[in-house]
Amino acid sequence: MSVMAEDGMRGVAAVSEPAYEAIEELQFTLGEGPCLEAFATRQPVLVPELAGPAMLRWPGYTPAIHDRGLRAVFAFPLQVGAARLGVLDVFRAEEGALSAGQVRQALTFADVAVTTLLDEQERAAPGTAAEGLDEVMGQRAEVYQAQGMVSVQMGVTLVDALARLRAYSYAENRPLGEVARDVVARRLTFDSDQPGEERLT
Amino acid sequence: MSTVSAARLSSVFVEVADTLVDEFDVIEFLQMLTSRVAGFFDTAAVGLMLADHRNRLNFMAASDENARLMELIQLQYDDGPCLDAFRSGRPVTNVSLEGAESRWPQFAPRASEAGFESVHAFPLRLRKEVIGAMGVFAGAVELDESDNHIVQSLADVAVIGLLQERAIRRGEVLSEQLQKALNSRVVIEQAKGIIAQAHGVTPDQAFVLIRDYARSHNRRLGEVTHGIVTDLPTVSDLR
Repeated sequence: MSVMAEDGMRGVAAVSEPAYEAIEELQFTLGEGPCLEAFATRQPVLVPELAGPAMLRWPGYTPAIHDRGLRAVFAFPLQVGAARLGVLDVFRAEEGALSAGQVRQALTFADVAVTTLLDEQERAAPGTAAEGLDEVMGQRAEVYQAQGMVSVQMGVTLVDALARLRAYSYAENRPLGEVARDVVARRLTFDSDQPGEERLT
Repeated sequence: MSTVSAARLSSVFVEVADTLVDEFDVIEFLQMLTSRVAGFFDTAAVGLMLADHRNRLNFMAASDENARLMELIQLQYDDGPCLDAFRSGRPVTNVSLEGAESRWPQFAPRASEAGFESVHAFPLRLRKEVIGAMGVFAGAVELDESDNHIVQSLADVAVIGLLQERAIRRGEVLSEQLQKALNSRVVIEQAKGIIAQAHGVTPDQAFVLIRDYARSHNRRLGEVTHGIVTDLPTVSDLR
């Protein structure tokens, strides 16, 4: 899993086995690959065969990881709308597509990674992430709207705005959807001058 | 429809084909489809939802604000015709809202209150998979078999739109496109929030500003919202 920021900062955040650190690093070195493409296009990039078309698509990357014994790679962006945090990469030593169930699983892991990264940012209490998961990814348009509003109020990125909203909802022990509704209705404003001190209007 | 003339229908298909070859914007495309389907009937509003990887529906597009509310109400209370069509994979048609309270205790009274009398919902299908639903909320409208066929065809066209520019090779291509479509809806909501805050308006008013700006500058909705979310400092110029 790689963490990437809009300003170009990026790095490997975690790997399932040490050997994958170098493999994950490879696309940063080469400047191409499914991981970078998933981040740029904001959609999963699923490559069940690292041969043929993939060779043309990523002429440097494909042979390099093929040499390391890998035959398939699946990249899932870690994002909430325009708020992007990184990419989850799944590698396989044999060719073949992921099943629909495996794709769903990977997407769910990506959701968990997103909330974990957001909460780490605001140092939320451990164990709170799972509870908030549904809220972040939920169907509530208000959460995304509030995220946009808070980013303007505080002059921060959409990632920071969502982290801030989540931290506030934990601290106040209120559901995120409810906090978001207050922001949208302008009953609650986040002020950049007093971080952590929200002013109720 | 007997209400749908062949001329009207063929113009919709021309427009769809035109959109698919043009530079493509999935949300705009779905929005156009819902508006055209609504246009078949005198008193109808149409909304469309897509399922995410957890098999939960998400609002994607609507012909007007009323249709959007009807979709959101179904999502919020977890009952309504679109959910039924999605879960069963079959169309739900010609249900009169009068007497539908036992079927949809939350949705039916709210839809009646909004002035609708009948509801119809069609699944979005790709082979055996159901990936969403399209709801038609209308006055006293009775769909006959050919009407059903036409509206279902347009729901199928929505799926084709999602898969555009790629052959339907594998299920995973769909998940790539579907994730992208779902995420671009989230981007629109974030952009609405940014504009709402910058201009001191409601998110709904913000959407009108964004849409009008896109139209008057002949730019794609996705292009404009992308500009808003990636370039916070210049958002105040949306005029």
